[in-house]
Amino acid sequence: MNKLDITGVHKTFNPGTINEKKALNDLNLHLQDGDFVQIIGGNGAGKSTMLNCLAGMFPVDAGTIVIDGEDVTRLPEYKRANLLGRVFQDPMMGTAANMNIEENLSLALHRGQKRGLRWAVTNEDRDFFSTQLKMLDLGLENRMTSKVGLLSGGQRQALTLLMATLRRPKILLLDEHTAALDPKTAAKVLELSEKIIAENHLTAMMVTHNMRDAIRHGNRLIMMHNGHIILDISGEEKKKLTVESLLEQFTKVSGSELANDRMLLS
Amino acid sequence: MLEILIGAVALGLLWAVMALGVYITYRILDVADLTVEGTIALGGAVAARMISANMNPWLSVLCATIAGLLAGLCTGLLHTKLRIPALLSGILTMIALYSINLRVMGKSNVPLLRVETVFSPLQRMGLSTSISSLIVGTVTVIVVAVALYWFFGTELGNAIRATGNNQNMARAQGINTSNMVILGLVLSNGLVALSGALIAQYQSFSDVQMGTGSIVIGLASLIIGEVLFGTRTFKRTLVSVSLGAIIYRIIIALVLKAGMDANDLKLFTAITVAFCLSTPMIKGWLDARKKNAAAR
Repeated sequence: MNKLDITGVHKTFNPGTINEKKALNDLNLHLQDGDFVQIIGGNGAGKSTMLNCLAGMFPVDAGTIVIDGEDVTRLPEYKRANLLGRVFQDPMMGTAANMNIEENLSLALHRGQKRGLRWAVTNEDRDFFSTQLKMLDLGLENRMTSKVGLLSGGQRQALTLLMATLRRPKILLLDEHTAALDPKTAAKVLELSEKIIAENHLTAMMVTHNMRDAIRHGNRLIMMHNGHIILDISGEEKKKLTVESLLEQFTKVSGSELANDRMLLS
Repeated sequence: MLEILIGAVALGLLWAVMALGVYITYRILDVADLTVEGTIALGGAVAARMISANMNPWLSVLCATIAGLLAGLCTGLLHTKLRIPALLSGILTMIALYSINLRVMGKSNVPLLRVETVFSPLQRMGLSTSISSLIVGTVTVIVVAVALYWFFGTELGNAIRATGNNQNMARAQGINTSNMVILGLVLSNGLVALSGALIAQYQSFSDVQMGTGSIVIGLASLIIGEVLFGTRTFKRTLVSVSLGAIIYRIIIALVLKAGMDANDLKLFTAITVAFCLSTPMIKGWLDARKKNAAAR
């Protein structure tokens, strides 16, 4: 059974208005267990929209989304949370700034479960969080009662990554999660992502604007354009990719130049 | 003078319960909830009506609290299910409560003289109204603060805090943010009504107007407490907010004693709150000027 089946998904924002935007246009994607997919494409190609549709941030106009055999197309965002781990582009978005590290981890530990009147952070939880934080190698295990708002962007992103995988997700969604970080921190967070995905054999999707990262990581690469997938490369073929060959293929398939300033600059 | 101070502290303790309710919405949920203006009068109305019918005063306080919970539920449903902005939802419930409070009381003012109130048993022991209120107020504030400390340390309480902090993150963690907003508003208004029920008994009357301006008093208490006593931990904040309500009452008692016209009180309170809320901005200006001066 596939881990993810996106079938015939359409999404148009502001339909019937001057701002109408066809974000997803007959999108089809099927992931196997353990796939680590890199998603690249120009501005407005629909990369983030695809991830947001998966997460249920807005309803789709047509098509179905099935995660690990469960049809989630009509489920609200909070009910899909038990299936998905998510890391966002904005380091502020994945954590609660006014709560401390252990409280944030405790929220993640109960992701998608019923929350009752049990004390949120027990001593047992603390030990578990501490060992998990040690793996990040950022010294956060000594700052468990610090407010998350005091952490740097990179630290917050590493923490969000840990929170997203603290309870094993069916699919891990990484939406340009290193884009807002400085190059050194970005490399570290990416390395950490790779490690966590490999150690837990997670199925993951990563949107990136960095072609080299996309080529270096994962077992599969898809390129999006105008709301659907125009290129899908995996296995041995992916290992042989270079930035030049990718750009060349893009021009051939889409009939246009790759219009993404950040991508060309990086 | 001592008599005035004791009276101010006694009344401040009763208002502290209300300030803790405002803290839940304003700080934890990050919503300015105007329902409280109606809810505090609702608490007073329900208690006054039941007490004048010779019912048990503590039962009347319980019923008043439940009425407050329902008022919060109303605002919560308007805001989350019907998507009316939080501020407007609160105003709508507040206005609706004005009519409901008149219905509950049957008239605009119910006096509570020579009736059994929660303070009566203590008064029969020979204690003054202020001292009785001091005792009842202290016990109530401690019970409420301990309950809040416990609740916001549980999984559910943390879910409400996360919702107020970052709704995106909360939903990504599977938290039903709508329900958490409703729950926060319910709890807050329950506390405010509880406070209203006690205040009505302390001042020996309930009036349909008694809630007017109460949100500003709640915010003033909250901000005074936070500024003077700090917010380093949640425990500390609960104590600070309670003390803030008492300090506010002492300030009011002192300015009245100094000869300020009681009619000017609300103006005074509004200016105080505006000043306190703008302190970060003013501090920013001053720092910038200092920096400029240093650069020159």
